[in-house]
Amino acid sequence: MDPVREITVTVNGERLTARVEPRKSLVDFLREDVGLTGSHVGCEQGICGACTIRLDGTIVRGCLTLAVQADGAEVWTVEGLSDSAEIAALQEAFQERNALQCGYCTPGMLLTAAALLRDNAAPTRPQIREYLSGNYCRCTGYQAIVDAIESAASQMKGAGS
Amino acid sequence: MTDKSPLTLEDLPNSYIGRTIPRPNIRRLAEGRGTFTDDLTLPRMAHVAFLRSPYAHAEIKSIDTAQAETSPGVIRIVAGEEMSRYCTPWVGVLTHLKGLKSAPQFALAVGRVRWQGEPVVAVVAQSRAQAEDAVALVEVDYEPLPPVVDMETALAPETPVLHPELGDNLAFERVVEAGDVDAAFAEADAVAEEVLHFGRHTGVTLEPRVLVGDYNAGAGKLTVYMSTQSPHMMKNIFATHTGIDEDDVRVISKDVGGSFGIKIHTYPDDMATVALSVMLKRPVKFVADRLESFVSDIHARDHRVKAKIAVKDGKITAIEMDDLTGIGPYSVYPRTSAVECNQVLNLVGGPYDFANYRAVGRVVLQNKNIMCQYRAVGHPVAFGVTEALVDSAARAAGMDPAALRRNSVIPDDSYPYTAASGIKFEALSHQESLEKILKLMDYEGLRADQAKLRQEGVYRGIGLAAMIEVTNPSPMFYGVGGAHISARDGVTIRLDPTGGVTCATGVTEQGQGTEAVIAQIAASAIGVPIEKVRVVTGDTETTPYGGGTWASRGAGIAGEAALQAGRALRANILEVAGAMLQAEPDRLDIRNAAVVDADTGSERMTLADLGKTVYFRGNELPDGVSPELVATRHYSPRQFPFAFTNGVQACWLEVDPDTGFVKLLDFWVVEDCGTVINPQLVDEQIRGGVVQGIGAALYEHCIYDEDGNMRNATMADYLVPMAAEMPDITIEHVETPTGESVLGAKGVGEAGTAGAPAAVFNAINDAIGALGGKITAIPATPELILKALGKV
Repeated sequence: MDPVREITVTVNGERLTARVEPRKSLVDFLREDVGLTGSHVGCEQGICGACTIRLDGTIVRGCLTLAVQADGAEVWTVEGLSDSAEIAALQEAFQERNALQCGYCTPGMLLTAAALLRDNAAPTRPQIREYLSGNYCRCTGYQAIVDAIESAASQMKGAGS
Repeated sequence: MTDKSPLTLEDLPNSYIGRTIPRPNIRRLAEGRGTFTDDLTLPRMAHVAFLRSPYAHAEIKSIDTAQAETSPGVIRIVAGEEMSRYCTPWVGVLTHLKGLKSAPQFALAVGRVRWQGEPVVAVVAQSRAQAEDAVALVEVDYEPLPPVVDMETALAPETPVLHPELGDNLAFERVVEAGDVDAAFAEADAVAEEVLHFGRHTGVTLEPRVLVGDYNAGAGKLTVYMSTQSPHMMKNIFATHTGIDEDDVRVISKDVGGSFGIKIHTYPDDMATVALSVMLKRPVKFVADRLESFVSDIHARDHRVKAKIAVKDGKITAIEMDDLTGIGPYSVYPRTSAVECNQVLNLVGGPYDFANYRAVGRVVLQNKNIMCQYRAVGHPVAFGVTEALVDSAARAAGMDPAALRRNSVIPDDSYPYTAASGIKFEALSHQESLEKILKLMDYEGLRADQAKLRQEGVYRGIGLAAMIEVTNPSPMFYGVGGAHISARDGVTIRLDPTGGVTCATGVTEQGQGTEAVIAQIAASAIGVPIEKVRVVTGDTETTPYGGGTWASRGAGIAGEAALQAGRALRANILEVAGAMLQAEPDRLDIRNAAVVDADTGSERMTLADLGKTVYFRGNELPDGVSPELVATRHYSPRQFPFAFTNGVQACWLEVDPDTGFVKLLDFWVVEDCGTVINPQLVDEQIRGGVVQGIGAALYEHCIYDEDGNMRNATMADYLVPMAAEMPDITIEHVETPTGESVLGAKGVGEAGTAGAPAAVFNAINDAIGALGGKITAIPATPELILKALGKV
């Protein structure tokens, strides 16, 4: 087995140092070593998007990224973005529109939606659907999620003007 | 039922029934602060990984764990014989499914493996990664046996028998005969025949199956944290097969990341995990990884149906069909794997008024993954058959498919009604629902658009699907056959001295909104704002004994119990208030968490003040007053075996004849699920269900090769509906409440999945019919469509 490596990562604004096996994925590191269980594991093959997290400003698959790759990086998870209120409008819209049922895909959906709205403040419904095409939801059928993102976008636009 | 309020439930003061209320308990999920079972870490918790059979059928010659034992972190390695001393085998039969047979199934295979993916050896280690490392070092010597893969030849004399003690591979057979089928076909104006295939698919819950067994040897108690739909049923199963007193077993279901019928069965790896916890006297966790899920979560459907239909004077007069389904090597315990076929026989033709019905169903054993009840059990097959037949009959009779349905559905004024298959309907609304959807979708306008576009070489199709759904099951579903599955559910509601209300119920939450619905009903029945209500679910030690969530029963059954418990608590509160205020209880009411004068609405006392007096200053109460600020009521339907719902779905899509690709353009649903408690939650159940049905129609397929290997057991290869391809879905309602309960609610959790595959299937054939093409199987992949068009 590979020896453990020491990494230093800033997670949700908090700098921490840890020793990890080189084979450990970033999402397992966050869940098991840091105790942030909001990022979920759905397929471990980069398909389902449940483990989506923000690494140095870009959303990545937490299951396809190794913890050692995050050495020196800044990581944000749904817990941190909740506390900072950065995704509050999206969360509000998701709750209002019942855009989550079981809630397992939701952290990944929210991080993906936040990335979309950062790139495109007023996406069309087809653009929203296309952007979510890497995030699997088995419960909602997606329409409520599209509605919620559309509604959060218009609310954020209103608040910003 | 008696006790009908003179006011409708919606008209009661401060009623939440019929109102869209955002689910109060989901903010934590939206912040990633839920507790899914894999989020739990217990002291000394070990992890188990399983070595699974790479063969569909093989003799286990030997197992060598020597090298694996030395792998870092390994705590214990266990194979079948040893495991059977800690966990006894089970047999998935029910006595009311006459003749159903299956063989004992072990937690880890003993002697022989019977499907690719069957657990053979369990490795417990300090971490999951270490357990997997050691699994790779276990050596098993197999002697491959000829696999029984094709259900069509499973009963042939030359085919090997999976379980020699059973004599053959026939697990179950049922025949239904009603009316004079031969005469009806002989007299028909038009007859249509189909041979249809419904592909094997699976649930793909985004959260895989997961549990933590936690045996406390000192207390002699077993606690199992588990992502499950039915904690009380699992409690009985764990106790029965580990030998621990059932009263010493507690099952706790935290947040459940999707279930859809997947998380309600007895899985060998789950049983082994619990037994390992008992064996090792420490917590043991098992989480299926996605590759394991595909070959170990139950699969569903996989039916081949030969069917024909007769039409006379523009109306359906007879259906005859033969259903064959392969269920894998065992009937699944305790619900059995004969139920889907049984449902198909019950439900075929369900929306239509005809008297002549002949059906044969056969359930066969084979060397593929186990099959059992998944969302809308049997319905997509039954209505896939029925609605394909109706469209074919319309073509054969030269009729418009909407017109044949209009002539043939059971008239709205003919209830109660007993169908040819024997199922009983209390009251349905097929005619009203059909007219409503034809108007909603502008059926005539779409037909005109379709004809016009066809001139331009654009092939669009309309698919209609009428359906019914089994909801609110009575004990006739499982309990009558000997399974310890409660048809009854209860709600306990208590008022605390804060004025807060806590409801505990045996039904469970998997995201469909059970907790919100219970809160809405309790708040309405008592007279408090919904913010005052908390709901507890998913713990066998703190909730009333009950069946859990399946067969669309949560709102209809626990909802009624909540209504009755809320009314009982309200009466108790008013009795105390009357004594304290020296008023007649029936002159008082509870509104907005306060006792008020019923006539004037003026506030007399808040519930918090009442609670504080009762709990802290009982000395102030008049003599003889014995307040009971807790009430429990249970409910189980008795008059009808099921509260059937009905609906119609319609699909509008375009087929590209060069690529075989299907583009979904629009989808409509008219649904009658009785009293609608929360319109938003009902509609979202329908939408999610429709999309799962679209998955079955277009994408989802467990593909097996001739050796019995599943060839697409990854999320990359097994396709599911994703956001970009799905349409928006428009929904309207008809409300025909069930008269069996005061609430009048029926279920809605499976309706979408029940009807959508038929609507998509018919729309594809409507589109490609103009080119002479016709599909006879789902999923309708581009390849299948191109073949139907003769292009490949």
